[in-house]
Amino acid sequence: MSFDLENLVSDLDIRDAILYYKGNVDSEVINKVLDSAEGRLLSSHENPRLRKKVYNVLVESLQNLYHHADHVPSGYRAARPDRFGLIMMEKTLRGYRITTCNFVTTTRVRELETKLTKINTSTSEEIKELYKDILNHQEITDKGLGGLGLIDISRKTGNRLEYKFVKYDNLHAAFRLSAMVTVD
Amino acid sequence: MEPIIIEGTPKTPTIKFDSREGIFEIKGRSIPENSVEFYKPLNEWLDSYMQVPLDKTVVNIKLEYFNTSSSKCILDVFKRLEAIHRSKHDVEINWFYEEDDEDMLEAGEDYDSIIKVPFKMIEIVE
Repeated sequence: MSFDLENLVSDLDIRDAILYYKGNVDSEVINKVLDSAEGRLLSSHENPRLRKKVYNVLVESLQNLYHHADHVPSGYRAARPDRFGLIMMEKTLRGYRITTCNFVTTTRVRELETKLTKINTSTSEEIKELYKDILNHQEITDKGLGGLGLIDISRKTGNRLEYKFVKYDNLHAAFRLSAMVTVD
Repeated sequence: MEPIIIEGTPKTPTIKFDSREGIFEIKGRSIPENSVEFYKPLNEWLDSYMQVPLDKTVVNIKLEYFNTSSSKCILDVFKRLEAIHRSKHDVEINWFYEEDDEDMLEAGEDYDSIIKVPFKMIEIVE
């Protein structure tokens, strides 16, 4: 099968990608990506409010990959099968777009779609209450708090989360998530 | 009891909880992949402090960034402080946020609405 995670971003209108990584997402990679992104944001004298939002969304996006990317399908070429993903950050006219791609098992697709639909159809006040409810009432696991990262990204950006799933085989789908980070 | 002091790193905050002065501080970035592991010794220390708290405890939170898994661990810290406050001891939480950092201000307001301890929002003007 010739599918690559990169195929998931091929239909995006990418004009000014300032960060791109595909591979195993471990702590060391997360540190390097964050350092690199922060360096770029500082050297371009980006608006501090926007810079902080971008950094926050990048942290949650990378840690979503770290905690929630499922193993790659057998037969897919990856240096390591676990915690494999793609992250890309682009400068846009109004801010930054942060995109992640990873594999999820087919059984998780509906669960993720339900979460994302709920987030995208909620008002900012509802998102805030949802965040507080999960924060206050859900037990934390070694993977964090269920769905709080996605809610946090939505809350910080104030924009709809764009996503798509592409069937890979009967057991796996490839998942793309994009967040537009802007300030008024 | 001895204070607990943990030096900060690029991904974890500096922790200084001084049980003799009753001044506690969390400062810096809290974005580790495994927040539970990082905050475990701090919450264990607080479990001991809760047995013999000072009449007044002042808590200064000066965070630049924190991730969602840290947000739960920080709430666990605040819940222990709330228990101290409930046992008729004075507890004050000062939540510092940088000028224009509305997300950090909102995060403090979230905690303020969950935890029944007086919160003071303090803007840091550069």
